[in-house]
Amino acid sequence: MTSVAHARPGEGGGAHDAHHAPMSFWRKYIFSTDHKIIGIQFLFVSLFFLLVGGLLAMQIRWQLGFPGKPMPGGGLLPETMIVNGVILPEYYVQLVSMHGTFMVFFAIMPLLVGVYANFLIPLKIGAHDMAFPRINMASFWLALLAGLIMFSSFFVPNGPIRSGWTNYAPLAARPDLSGVTVGQMLWCVSIVVLGLSSVLGSLNYITTVINHRAPGMTWFRMPLSVWALFITAILGVLALPVLQGAAIMLLFDNVLGTHFFDPVAGGQALLWQHLFWFFGHPEVYILILPAMGMVSDIIANGSRKPIFGYHSMVFAIIGIAFLGWLVWGHHMFMSGMNPTLGSTFMVSTLLIAVPSAIKVFNWLGTMWRGNLRFHVPMLNAVGFVSMFTIGGLSGIFMAATPVDIPLHDTQFIVAHIHYVLFGGSLFALFAAMTYWYPKMFGRVMNEPLGKLHFWLTFIFYNMTFFPMHIIGMGGQMRRIYDPTIYDFLKPQQPLNVFISLSAFALFAVQILFAINFLWSLKFGKKAPRNPWDDNGLEWSLPNPAPHGNWERTPNVYRGPYEFSSPEAGSADFLPQNLKLPSDRDPVPATLPAGH
Amino acid sequence: MHWWLPPAASTFAGPIDGLFLAILIITGIALVIVEVGLVTFVVRYRARPGRKAFYTHGSTRAEVIWTAIPAVTMVALGLVSNHYWVLIKDRKSVPPNAYHIGVHAKQFEWQITYPGPDGKLGTSDDFTVRNQLHVPVNQPIAVELSSEDVIHSFFVPQFRLKQDAVPGMHIIVWFQATKTGEYELGCAELCGMGHYKMRSRVFVHTPEEFAAWMKQQAAGGTE
Repeated sequence: MTSVAHARPGEGGGAHDAHHAPMSFWRKYIFSTDHKIIGIQFLFVSLFFLLVGGLLAMQIRWQLGFPGKPMPGGGLLPETMIVNGVILPEYYVQLVSMHGTFMVFFAIMPLLVGVYANFLIPLKIGAHDMAFPRINMASFWLALLAGLIMFSSFFVPNGPIRSGWTNYAPLAARPDLSGVTVGQMLWCVSIVVLGLSSVLGSLNYITTVINHRAPGMTWFRMPLSVWALFITAILGVLALPVLQGAAIMLLFDNVLGTHFFDPVAGGQALLWQHLFWFFGHPEVYILILPAMGMVSDIIANGSRKPIFGYHSMVFAIIGIAFLGWLVWGHHMFMSGMNPTLGSTFMVSTLLIAVPSAIKVFNWLGTMWRGNLRFHVPMLNAVGFVSMFTIGGLSGIFMAATPVDIPLHDTQFIVAHIHYVLFGGSLFALFAAMTYWYPKMFGRVMNEPLGKLHFWLTFIFYNMTFFPMHIIGMGGQMRRIYDPTIYDFLKPQQPLNVFISLSAFALFAVQILFAINFLWSLKFGKKAPRNPWDDNGLEWSLPNPAPHGNWERTPNVYRGPYEFSSPEAGSADFLPQNLKLPSDRDPVPATLPAGH
Repeated sequence: MHWWLPPAASTFAGPIDGLFLAILIITGIALVIVEVGLVTFVVRYRARPGRKAFYTHGSTRAEVIWTAIPAVTMVALGLVSNHYWVLIKDRKSVPPNAYHIGVHAKQFEWQITYPGPDGKLGTSDDFTVRNQLHVPVNQPIAVELSSEDVIHSFFVPQFRLKQDAVPGMHIIVWFQATKTGEYELGCAELCGMGHYKMRSRVFVHTPEEFAAWMKQQAAGGTE
């Protein structure tokens, strides 16, 4: 499979020719081994789950803004969830649990990794496909299976989990205490399947980046998006098995009567938290590093300047990923874990501010004295930088253990995570989806509609999530069904109403994106070969690119960010594969792909 | 509507609120630098015909500056924070003269055990009250936390105190109330469908009031 003696793809060889034979719809779009089609499959499936997560969020916000009032459309849901239009406490807890589960595992993670690691890695490093195309297909189908298993838990007796997406034991380990039976088992099984999908995908990405870079694509000529996706894959392959192991133990506690997490029979309640967050904190970086990488590519393009401090950016990615393994205890400052451990985890957590600051300042440095083009991807990328900064800075409050005491498990942390995962990851995804849309579908998304969507999202997003800091400071706990039960929270209720109304508006303006996305598939402007005047290898291919990508593996002569280089002459960009008279051909150092 | 942390009512509020303010100022400065920088660059360096971007790959001096400043700030913040963290949460920091009260959490109530007239927990004159925490003002209180079933979290916002109650663990956490009055104790860790209503009233009494309440409860509560 990885023998150097093989003929290079595109230079003959029977196996490769088969790729170009006409394929049935099923082979081409459903059971595809083409990394680009698999990326697009991930895109549609995870956008569906993003919608599911969003709909759950709307119900959460209805209940928090208008507790006890009948929810419009509530009559459509069964009486085990909603009675006379009013959300039941048990359904509310399920809403928050499944909103987190779907958004983290089935929307943001596959959107960043499933879609863009698949789609971008081979295109950007000059490979013909992933190292293991069939394993790649298996990775997608396992992810879909996991999503369907998770989704099915809405339709079983007692419904889905009621212990939060974090599934803290012993609540999650004891059906008699949680009231959930089948739903809890389905959560565990789904996570095990999803973990398998992630591990297979990650191994593929790692192997591809190491072995299948085009001649001349040295490590430090790789785009930051590829660096970030590569490091993310390493996190994934190490972190997901921990969660799988924990989920299997939780499943055994539920089904076989083991007591790993139940102290009644000698188990340890905190063991679950250590296992979950040992996975969970690297997971947080799985959810942000690819966003940072893609935003770096887009900001350099939009600024028409090389990325500022490329090497610092690479080392910051590695630094964040490494520190990510040493900070899980900051989720457990209030857990009863030895306070001395709290001190240790505080220091490691505060140190993450350093590589994060390096990244933010380098993005600023990239824009400094640039010639900024505000296409829709650039707008969303700048939105990412400004919002990620707030999310990063608000994390410092909770990293400082004494300040964490009043803020832990309040709406303040809800605000923080949404500034990172929505203001951060999702804005980066809007940027990435618009930016690589022409490469995926051969058309460009509508520009005015995209700008309108960005500005409305930016405004309603801040109106929704910024006030959550305030009500969290006021002490409103997470995951409570009705804040008006507490006297000290009652005066804050108007702000809860404000947040809910903003959230509904935020959801509504996403329809603009959906319309733009779907309409442009058929009616969008036909994309030129290099619509953003970019240097990346992917733009030397037709839109959309054919199966197998290149007829001839491209040679790479320089890094990906040579915008406005004096060598470029009158153009302000210099593609990585463009040979100037002064360039010498690189020696092929890596293995051919796809065979 | 209150736009800040809840009104302070314990000795922890001073350092915690002070640290909160300090972090707000530090992060506020960082936020202003970044956002003003962004907006300035967006306006000043927007594309115009005939302009070309300044071709540079970065500056080592700039990298050193914006690596060193956050690093030094974070280490300093860590040292200051740790001082107060140890003071509040370290097991050795519970004052020796603290008055011990047992708090047992279960789905979905707080069972609060008082030491009775002898002032000692675990003796026959102890008595238990559901969802009512009574404490004297200006007196260190040590809460001995335990849980019946799942993880709960003891949270009184005005005291700036939060501590999980974990089944299988016996956790001692202390505080000293500084203002008499009535407050609320809530559960801050999702503990099931009734999580939201796991609420107890908290009364901070003058020492005389507390002694009188104790006497009355002990008389009515013991057999």
